[in-house]
Amino acid sequence: MAPPPPPSGTVLFLYLLLLFLLSTAAAASAAAPEEEFTEELLLRPLPDRKALAHFYFRSSAPPAATVGRHHHLFPKAISQLVKKYHISELELSFTQGRWNYEQWGGFDPMSTSNAKPPGVELWAVFDLPSSEIDATWKNLTHTLSGLFCASINFLESSTAFSAPRWGFKLNEGNLRYGALPREAVCTENLTPWLKLLPCRDKAGIASLLYRPSIYKGYYHSQKLKLRSSQSLGIILDQTLTVVLQPNTINDKQLHSNLGQLQPSWSMRHLFNRKLSGKCLVSKYSRIFIEFDKGIVDKVNKSGSDLSWNNEFFVLSNGPDRLIKGLNNLEVQSSFIYEYDVSNYSEEKPFDVGITWKLPLIWSCTPSPFHASRFLMGSGNERGSIALSFTSTNLQKIFGSPNDCSIKAVIFQMVPWYVKVYYHSLEIFIDGNRKTVSDVVDKIHVTPSEDKLLPGTLEMLLRFPCSMQSATLTLDFDKGFLHIDEYPPDANQGFDIPSALVSFPEFNSARNYPEIDPLLGSPLLENFQEDTVVKSYTEVLLVPLTTPDFSMPYNVITFTCTVLALYFGSLLNALRRRIGEEERELTKTATRHGLIRLLLAKLRGQKVNPTESGSLSESTGSKKLLFKVVLVAVAAVLFHYFSNNS
Amino acid sequence: MAIRYYWPMVAAAIGFRFVLVLFGGDLHLASRPEVSTPLTSLRRLAEGYWLKQASMSPYSGSMYHGSPLLLSVLGPLTSNRSGGKNAHVYCSLIFVAVDFLAAMLIQATGRILQMSRNRSLKSLDLTKAVNNSANVSAGDIASLIYLWNPWAIVTCVGSCTSPIENLMVVIMIYGACSRLAPLAAFGYVIATHLSLYPAILIVPVILLLGYGPDAPTTKVFLLKSSSSSKSDMRTSLKIQRFSWMTVLHFIFWLFIWSGYVLLLSSIILKKVDGLNEMFEKTYGFILTVKDLSPNIGVLWYFFAEVFDFFRSFFLTVFNMNIIFMVLPLAIRLKHRPCFLAFVYTAIVAMLKSYPSAGDSALYLGLLGLFANELAEMQFTFFLCFGYIGVSLHSPVMHNLWIWRGTGNANFYFATGLAYTCLQTVLVVESVGSMIKHDRKLRLLVPS
Repeated sequence: MAPPPPPSGTVLFLYLLLLFLLSTAAAASAAAPEEEFTEELLLRPLPDRKALAHFYFRSSAPPAATVGRHHHLFPKAISQLVKKYHISELELSFTQGRWNYEQWGGFDPMSTSNAKPPGVELWAVFDLPSSEIDATWKNLTHTLSGLFCASINFLESSTAFSAPRWGFKLNEGNLRYGALPREAVCTENLTPWLKLLPCRDKAGIASLLYRPSIYKGYYHSQKLKLRSSQSLGIILDQTLTVVLQPNTINDKQLHSNLGQLQPSWSMRHLFNRKLSGKCLVSKYSRIFIEFDKGIVDKVNKSGSDLSWNNEFFVLSNGPDRLIKGLNNLEVQSSFIYEYDVSNYSEEKPFDVGITWKLPLIWSCTPSPFHASRFLMGSGNERGSIALSFTSTNLQKIFGSPNDCSIKAVIFQMVPWYVKVYYHSLEIFIDGNRKTVSDVVDKIHVTPSEDKLLPGTLEMLLRFPCSMQSATLTLDFDKGFLHIDEYPPDANQGFDIPSALVSFPEFNSARNYPEIDPLLGSPLLENFQEDTVVKSYTEVLLVPLTTPDFSMPYNVITFTCTVLALYFGSLLNALRRRIGEEERELTKTATRHGLIRLLLAKLRGQKVNPTESGSLSESTGSKKLLFKVVLVAVAAVLFHYFSNNS
Repeated sequence: MAIRYYWPMVAAAIGFRFVLVLFGGDLHLASRPEVSTPLTSLRRLAEGYWLKQASMSPYSGSMYHGSPLLLSVLGPLTSNRSGGKNAHVYCSLIFVAVDFLAAMLIQATGRILQMSRNRSLKSLDLTKAVNNSANVSAGDIASLIYLWNPWAIVTCVGSCTSPIENLMVVIMIYGACSRLAPLAAFGYVIATHLSLYPAILIVPVILLLGYGPDAPTTKVFLLKSSSSSKSDMRTSLKIQRFSWMTVLHFIFWLFIWSGYVLLLSSIILKKVDGLNEMFEKTYGFILTVKDLSPNIGVLWYFFAEVFDFFRSFFLTVFNMNIIFMVLPLAIRLKHRPCFLAFVYTAIVAMLKSYPSAGDSALYLGLLGLFANELAEMQFTFFLCFGYIGVSLHSPVMHNLWIWRGTGNANFYFATGLAYTCLQTVLVVESVGSMIKHDRKLRLLVPS
């Protein structure tokens, strides 16, 4: 039954009130900076026949003083987290698979800021006095753990995080870094991540995230980056980087001379979805297709221009804009075609693809050295960690003089059960052993404490440019853990988190001179930021010896038996008085046996009371009786008191 | 009765060590669990020295748990790695010298014991009765056992600091036997400083300084004096008297040396956290059995397996276990302080938290000092082959478990259990036969 209609006068008043409220709210919001949301997607063909998709969502909230505690677009959970833990910067990444630095590039903004180590990596800079940081970090890990359905709370333990000073990121001791290399990443982590977006995955670019197709990829990294300050407010960048193997559009494949083929693909083939318009609350919604330096050079060399339909490839749609990117040496290094999603709708879904006309082989610009890390030695007692650098001969490309040197910074965190002997550091350059001081400019070591602190190694190295390969080795002993400290599958081994190698003299920032600064694309802004070239090494798997997990009771009983044996027999040896024993022996020879004595008692025969044997017998039995009563009383009392308490 | 070819054998033992150190190549003895423990490993000392050179606390990072004095003495020798062969060749040469010195002091101690034994036997008129059965130069035997003991050789060559700890214990016993209070105090303070457990040796040292070296029980002398003429009364009374002056002298020197050691340590650790950290990282590390890496004892596996809520209870029990026996043994063997020192050393070697072959080498060497008294000890065949069996099995089991992965921890733990049992038998049997020997002496005295 419908409620009775209210009197018309009241309705009018309510409408007026509502109108007034709305207009004041609108006036207030027009005056203050607003919360914004932008969504972008960058697609890029990779040299090894794969395609990279990089989703970029930015939500920003103006400083809290102007808007109070209410949010329109910005996720409330994040703003509460930032306020509660006084975070000035935070980055959390979930990664599965390893970024292939050789094939997918190591010198562009994509690899330096979006290639992440496998598993979970979390670092945060706090705006707090140093005494409160560790406690805040612990709370933060628990909050994030709940927020993202992941076991980030394992980073709470002081053995799991460290405080690097300059090896990871220059800071004043208010940065904490932790990594969980074994954390599996799946849709249960993606769903809460998507919940932070205003349209979730129901509309806009995020609707492309069809789970079966994105988890099929070779590399999957979902990242959340927070920056907050008094002047900026809070900026939340959510990125998802996936490397996918595209299904080819048709059977016609282009074979190059080497037998390689580049698949032609479109968005629909990559994600199994079409894009039906933008998320309505987003300020911008754009899709970029980027071609990196290798292709740009090839196309330029062939003499054709870089239009969307050129000698080598054709894009299925005409782009809205063309952006040229320069690297920090002002060399043209990329080409970006921009599409604005707001021009498309449900009736006219958006799909863009690339069709190759000619087979094309190119390569991405690598980082100056290819870094990899491995373990040496066998057995479960000791081993060595080796970090090897192979030159990619980049300085030849840049035409640097031969007597120069290249700086490299290594940041490595090792768990406490890998007990590293830092004095055993050895450096081999091109196979020749060098003294450590020749190569190491600066070293900072925080040695690991058993069950308390992980070891942290920060090292600034200086390699000669002409060097082809370098190897650093560090010896370590494997620790032995208590049975409770082993994870469920102990024989699988333990993971050492990735080391980070950065090259401070090389900057991967891009420059877009033709871009309109008002374009306001956070993705391209991010590419323009100064970022040092860096690469993560492999995660190492260290097998540790295991004790027998089924043995605790046996070990306790055996050990205690042996110790009791020692104690008892030694005390017995000390107590023995051979003289007395001999005397006793002579006495017992003359004395009646115990059984005879008992039999005599049973028969009612009187035993000679003067006999010393019976006397001692009776006092002995009295003593025994007394002891039994004493023990019984003690037991009753104990039982009584333990029940009472 | 001196041993023939004594000096050639000593020289051969020292030469053998030199050969192993200089030409033995890398025997990987330094990482053997039987040889080096977290407390004595020279590799950890090198790491501590490196940390100290990098102006950090040598104790940061759970690596080094030794004394700061060793760090400043041996540290500089470890830093210049000769590359390849034997990394710590200079330290090993020092250890050879240290072993030689320890052997010589054992021999000197043996001489003193022998003299006092002969004197007391003479005063009891038992020289003939006892010496007919066995009278060998115990000091020579003991020093040769110490020098030729395979474990002592392995410990000396295998770059660990146990030879120095052993030397300090031997210095203490020698100083106490020869009634050199400052020397005894020095040995006692340094030995305690290095490995804590020699602290319980204060009982035998004070008894040694007070009553003099081992002798038959005072009861025997009383029996003798009551039976014989009054003229002998004098000698027996002289033996009984406790010389307070020497003991006070010792205690005075004890304080001086302790103060000196603490002062030196605090100077060495001045830039870092200082003495508190030192005590926490050395004594605390010893008492709380924090490192669970395998060794020839049983406690590592016990604490790797025991439930966490029992840990503190068992820590107390096992640490008390060493102290429990101090008093009963001291009461029963107070007339034989040197033997008491041997028994304490053996108990410590058996029950300490990080035992190694070096500790066993020390008490086996000291055992030789009582070759005459313990001549009638039982189970010697069983013990001898038990020791050989364990020392052959233990590396095999360790290899199977750690390197090949075909055995498991229980195999290695079993050898540790067997080894502890053997030591138990040795201690109990030696104490038992010493008591029997005393009884025999008493029976021989005509009452």
